[in-house]
Amino acid sequence: MSMKATIREIDSVSVVDISGRITLGEGCTQLRELIRDQLSKGNKNLLLNLADVTYIDSSGIGELVSAFTGVSKQGGSLKLLNLTKKVHDLLQITKLYTVFDVHDDETKAIGSFSKAANA
Amino acid sequence: MIPDSSVVEVTLESDLKNVEVAEEITRRVAGTAGFDEDEQQRIEMAVHESMINAIWHGNQNDSSKSVWLQFKIHPDRLEIRIRDQGKGFDLSHIPDPRHEENLLNVSGRGIFLIRTFMDEFRVEHVNGTGTEVTMIKRLSPGFQTEQGGTDREHESHDSRN
Repeated sequence: MSMKATIREIDSVSVVDISGRITLGEGCTQLRELIRDQLSKGNKNLLLNLADVTYIDSSGIGELVSAFTGVSKQGGSLKLLNLTKKVHDLLQITKLYTVFDVHDDETKAIGSFSKAANA
Repeated sequence: MIPDSSVVEVTLESDLKNVEVAEEITRRVAGTAGFDEDEQQRIEMAVHESMINAIWHGNQNDSSKSVWLQFKIHPDRLEIRIRDQGKGFDLSHIPDPRHEENLLNVSGRGIFLIRTFMDEFRVEHVNGTGTEVTMIKRLSPGFQTEQGGTDREHESHDSRN
């Protein structure tokens, strides 16, 4: 199963519901294009909901890092929501857990974008 | 699907779509070897990363080439060998992705994950014909099985070394 993504706009935040595999090839390419597309539309507050991600590999992790740095360079913010145990463990092992702003409550996660903007 | 033999061998076309085939075989073999679900997933991920290295970096995504896999179940461990037709790589030149200066690098985590998930990992260049990685995962003493391979079986598959 390759990666699928749907986007919801809530309070100036693009919530991206991702399912399937974020792996080298199709999954990583789709994620890269999705981020590029959102930035080109001026959507710089991105919340990636990873609840239904069934598999992520080292390339997928790299793609998340690339998305994070790319959005940050544009003055935006990329956060993660609902990590599966597998993704959580991988981010811990690679010491990236502290790099990303990780949430498990969508409402609070969306609220954190405006708090950051007002800070 | 897994035969009674403690050795499973397969040669796959060097195509990214076959990474999932290798994952499926790995799950079944690791389950047969006696690893629990968490360990099966870690072994599967190590094979996934090795397959990516073999297909993408070793064989340069050339589908006319192939990747050879061998799974050998011993009573106390699972030994996996994956061979491509590429020029190989030097493990000493792979930086630690957890170091602060490497943390935001886009690539360079595959080998680190393999080393994290497996008990042993080594890379050898095979007679100018390709690169072979060997990965070993040991069973916890409580999970060790009666079945398993022998060193004698090892000899029959080493003709290309």
